[in-house]
Amino acid sequence: MNPNYLDFEQPIAELQAKIEELRLVGNDSKININEEVNKLQEKSKKLTEQIFRDLSAWQISQLSRHPKRPYMLDYIEHVFTDFDELHGDRHFADDAALVGGIARLDDKPVMIIGHQKGRDVKEKVRRNFGMPRPEGYRKACRLMEMAERFNLPVLTFIDTPGAYPGIDAEERGQSEAIAYNLAVMSRLKTPIVTTVVGEGGSGGALAIGVCDELQMLQYSTYSVISPEGCASILWKSAEKASEAAQAMGITAERLNELGFVDTLIDEPLGGAHRQPGETAERIKHALLASLDRLQSMEVSALLARRYDRLMSYGAPA
Amino acid sequence: MSWLDKIVPSVGRIQRKDRRASVPDGLWRKCPKCEAILYLPELEKHHNVCPKCDHHLRLTARKRLGWFLDEEEREEIAADLQPVDRLRFRDSKKYKDRLAAAAKETDENDALVAMRGKLDGMPIVAVAFEFTFMGGSMGAVVGEKFVRAATLAHDEGIPLVCFAASGGARMQEALFSLMQMAKTSASLERLKQAGVPYISVLTDPVFGGVSASLAMLGDLNIAEPEALIGFAGPRVIEQTVREQLPEGFQRSEFLLEHGTVDMIVHRGEMRERVGGVLRKLSNLPVRGLPEEWEPDLVDVAEQEATESDEQDSGQAHS
Repeated sequence: MNPNYLDFEQPIAELQAKIEELRLVGNDSKININEEVNKLQEKSKKLTEQIFRDLSAWQISQLSRHPKRPYMLDYIEHVFTDFDELHGDRHFADDAALVGGIARLDDKPVMIIGHQKGRDVKEKVRRNFGMPRPEGYRKACRLMEMAERFNLPVLTFIDTPGAYPGIDAEERGQSEAIAYNLAVMSRLKTPIVTTVVGEGGSGGALAIGVCDELQMLQYSTYSVISPEGCASILWKSAEKASEAAQAMGITAERLNELGFVDTLIDEPLGGAHRQPGETAERIKHALLASLDRLQSMEVSALLARRYDRLMSYGAPA
Repeated sequence: MSWLDKIVPSVGRIQRKDRRASVPDGLWRKCPKCEAILYLPELEKHHNVCPKCDHHLRLTARKRLGWFLDEEEREEIAADLQPVDRLRFRDSKKYKDRLAAAAKETDENDALVAMRGKLDGMPIVAVAFEFTFMGGSMGAVVGEKFVRAATLAHDEGIPLVCFAASGGARMQEALFSLMQMAKTSASLERLKQAGVPYISVLTDPVFGGVSASLAMLGDLNIAEPEALIGFAGPRVIEQTVREQLPEGFQRSEFLLEHGTVDMIVHRGEMRERVGGVLRKLSNLPVRGLPEEWEPDLVDVAEQEATESDEQDSGQAHS
């Protein structure tokens, strides 16, 4: 089994392996195998289309955590220029699970803040698997308030299993750090656009996710609790994660139907990781369109709109 | 929220079961801490604080407010709000059936009770979580009711007091419940900007999405003794870090030591202490109200006027 492919992607992996093999043979011999390769490529594409046409909520949840899925810093390279990473909450530490800094989006300066998971084991540990501690949220808050002072729009990127559930995080007030951000973001006098690029894990995601416009990548998720967590509580078995994912409606498409999403960003065939550059292009396009809408508004109108938007969540019909 | 749901409701369930098993009829109850057998009318006279060991047992939302507010001039807020099963959620049971069962057990529509009333003569708005209603979990009704209470406090310029007791966000309402964290926090930020005091009283237990929003945003955060308070539930933390949790971890005293709460107040002194604090923050005398006193409506009214002007002009641009 190819670890870079999920269970349901294995048939594609097998086909791709065949193609690779054929190519190697082709290099060695004089036989023209181009036609055969093309045929197989076409078959692989059709197979991918077929598999991806009807994904379950649980399969999408797995895609959102795909080992090859691009992370925030992968997108930053493509979407922005001139990125200065800024570190630390000025009180305790710098949290590598939450990255922030100033950059340019088509030459215009912006503040970017987002979760960062790690790629290899060492980096995963350093970035705590994308699970911030209070100092991460406090750094985010500091950067958002800086953005407000200098009139920079805030662009946040969500990709986290959740806020870190650890002893030290509790000691330093994980709850307070999250709550404080929610309050500050509700009145921050600058546009906020949030893009969910992977896993939107609960309060740890929302703590940088109060926004004027919410964008979601097609195979990203946003949820009050992980499907496994929900299953182990309500179904008394983590095995029922698939049912829980379906019941909670955690996928971008479902949340779009429910009215939470402003822009649903389609991913290239087979998911963002198959064409990270193309995905980044689409994110950039969506961000520019969103900022275009928001930056033409008066600040007071923007804030009134944000408040009304927050009040509308679950309000009686 | 979620972490919390994992641990807390199960704790609640276990305790209820124990209680049933050990209490022969409706008149006696065993203290979960010192195990003394307590005469119920005596226990209620002490607002569910064990007369032997001072352990603070849980209190229903209605009893809590009934005892906290003056007896005169109480008025319930948004009592008619009914939960809606927007996702037609179903696990081993339908959410609808869970709601019906909780309503039957508690005689409440949902997990929050809100009232306008007086505290020792001073007008306030007070809300309390009903923990026995699905673990006091926050869904759309809890969020909406909280916001209406906060808005009333804002509009009238009178203090808001919240007694939290909750496992966190309600999973059956999925993202709708997560967003209640942002919704309630936004209404509190508005209160803060208007200079209206908000006191958050943390009672056993407060976790997850309620802890990481409205419960931690008080001008003062006050805890009852030995309440269990945190973001993630102890079991989840233990599973994550794979080490033994320190003694007294996530108890009120731990939070006081780590700077998360301003003070720990015994339930018997709550009225007096909260009243005293609010009177100082509102610049009122120790007792009574000045003859000509009315809530500080001028500033609020002025601010409203400016705000609505701004909004009108702003909306023209959008």
